[in-house]
Amino acid sequence: MLKFILKRLVLLIPTLLGVVTLVFFMIALAPGDPARVMLGERANAEQLAQLRSELGLDQPLSKQYLLYISRIIRGDLGKSIVTQQKIIDELSDRLPATIELAITATIFASILGIVLGVTAARRRNSWVDYSTMTGSLVGVSMPVFWLALVLIMIFSIGFDLLPTGGRMDVRLYFKPITNYYLIDGIIMWFREGNSDYFISALKHIILPTVALGTIPLAIIARTTRSSMLEVLKQDYVKTARAAGVPEGKVVFRYALRNALLPVVTVIGIQFGMLLSGAILTETIFAWPGIGKWIYHSIGARDFPAVQGGILFISFFFVIINLVVDLLYSVINPRIRLK
Amino acid sequence: MSNNQTNNIIEEELIPPAEPGFWKESWYQLTRNRAAMAGLIVIAIFALLAVFAPLAAPKDPLEQTISARMTAPFTDGYILGTDDLGRDLLSRIIYGGRISLIIGIVSVGISLVTGTILGMAAGYFGGWVDRIIMRIIDIMLAFPYILLTIVIVAILGPSLMNAMIAIGISQMPRYARVIRASVIAEREQDYVLAERSLGTNNVELMFRTILPNTLAPTMVQATLGVGEAILSSAGLSFLGLGAQPPTPEWGLMIASSKQFITSAWWIVTLPGLAILVTVLGFNLLGDGLRDILDPRLRD
Repeated sequence: MLKFILKRLVLLIPTLLGVVTLVFFMIALAPGDPARVMLGERANAEQLAQLRSELGLDQPLSKQYLLYISRIIRGDLGKSIVTQQKIIDELSDRLPATIELAITATIFASILGIVLGVTAARRRNSWVDYSTMTGSLVGVSMPVFWLALVLIMIFSIGFDLLPTGGRMDVRLYFKPITNYYLIDGIIMWFREGNSDYFISALKHIILPTVALGTIPLAIIARTTRSSMLEVLKQDYVKTARAAGVPEGKVVFRYALRNALLPVVTVIGIQFGMLLSGAILTETIFAWPGIGKWIYHSIGARDFPAVQGGILFISFFFVIINLVVDLLYSVINPRIRLK
Repeated sequence: MSNNQTNNIIEEELIPPAEPGFWKESWYQLTRNRAAMAGLIVIAIFALLAVFAPLAAPKDPLEQTISARMTAPFTDGYILGTDDLGRDLLSRIIYGGRISLIIGIVSVGISLVTGTILGMAAGYFGGWVDRIIMRIIDIMLAFPYILLTIVIVAILGPSLMNAMIAIGISQMPRYARVIRASVIAEREQDYVLAERSLGTNNVELMFRTILPNTLAPTMVQATLGVGEAILSSAGLSFLGLGAQPPTPEWGLMIASSKQFITSAWWIVTLPGLAILVTVLGFNLLGDGLRDILDPRLRD
């Protein structure tokens, strides 16, 4: 097993190097002079020259590339042009917001998706099955940003139940502790006996969670259903039923455990997607995470920031996918032993 | 059901899929799949409206009637109401369909052409050609799809054409993989070996002999791809990275009206419904085609 993990880790290196290379050349070979694009039309020759040497653009491409790689290896993503802050610091500040939302969305999608998928498979061709399948197809056909706006329209404006954006009511003058607001809310609850922070954090995260979690929910429900149908056909399920094992036990003890194998992979991949797919959701709900930050960096033509943000998320994505793969082989011995 | 599936697989293995009977049989099966037919009908209506938009639309989609700003649906002869500049919403949605159709065709066209060439070369030649191409594909797949499109547009500059290019490039790896897989399956088949022994050259073998037999899985991917391209371009336009005002693109229509969600629900809701119905149509048809044409891809 250890050898297997090590092998996969070594294989990670060329992929990550490829990602860095692609990101570098995408920006380096982009049409137009990046310095001119970043500073706008009003910049004078002196300013342009200064920015060029700051970014190393006056060097030959091969040297720029090597410099870039050596910087990345040291964990240096450069500085943002707009804020002059280190990009890695800006990203780390915003990472908790993005991760918190991705986790709540994944939990929401997984629990509901598995319940719906199992129910649909157990009652195949019933109205539950048809509506789950139709619903999941509608779910993947819907623009996320539109769903977000419709949710705001109904729950924030129509019924005035939930806030339209942000992470916490500003009137609470909240000082973050861990930057994961739900956890902070619980800490404050224990510390001060005041549940306001937790409730406010919870209210703020509900709509973004539903908006972000809908597509994964649809995919997880579909995967669970088809995997469950596959497993319920197996001989050991038939044997268990023939032996008089109660149906509930057959489904939840025997069938579900095996049916969930592919579902775990799908959940992991979806989690990786959510970290990046949150650009639209975060922008609409004014959620101060990485997605919104990348969106604003694009608007400000802050290329080093965009470059850094993309590398950061892609690294995350690659590593999560690897973890998912490894996890799959841990829970499915057939792959590990091959 | 399971019996039917096994039969399909056996059939696929015994008969090269390009035999005329295969497509006839597939069409017959498609007509019996209610969900897929519903999708096909939606797509047909969408395509007809898009092509005949000038005839179908009651008004000019860009014509502003300031006195009739934000008219509610079904009043004063505006079936779906008007937007914040007094433009007829129904006409804008119909013209928006035309733009979405173009987006679907152009972006899928880009990924189909590039994906076919790369996937064909990788699968046909194998060896180092395969290794290099697949390495590039793997690296592209290391980027989350949405992020990749956003970055490409951010670099090329925001416009509808660049959005289509970005979507085309980001979707390309899937086609390359699908085509590579079917080329590898076909490469050693008797009919290919027979052609080769007759001295047919590589290019002809690839594109005349093998390509038609990779059509079935590619068609599934392309149908689903059109739906996803429409969704992605709406998202890009929503972020200001795709179509620019006053183009009646569905995503852009939602973006430019989002501050009116308190006062005029229809301006935000209806273009989104148009996206939903159209993409649903492509997904229904794509799923149906997958069941019929490519049992191996079933999820």
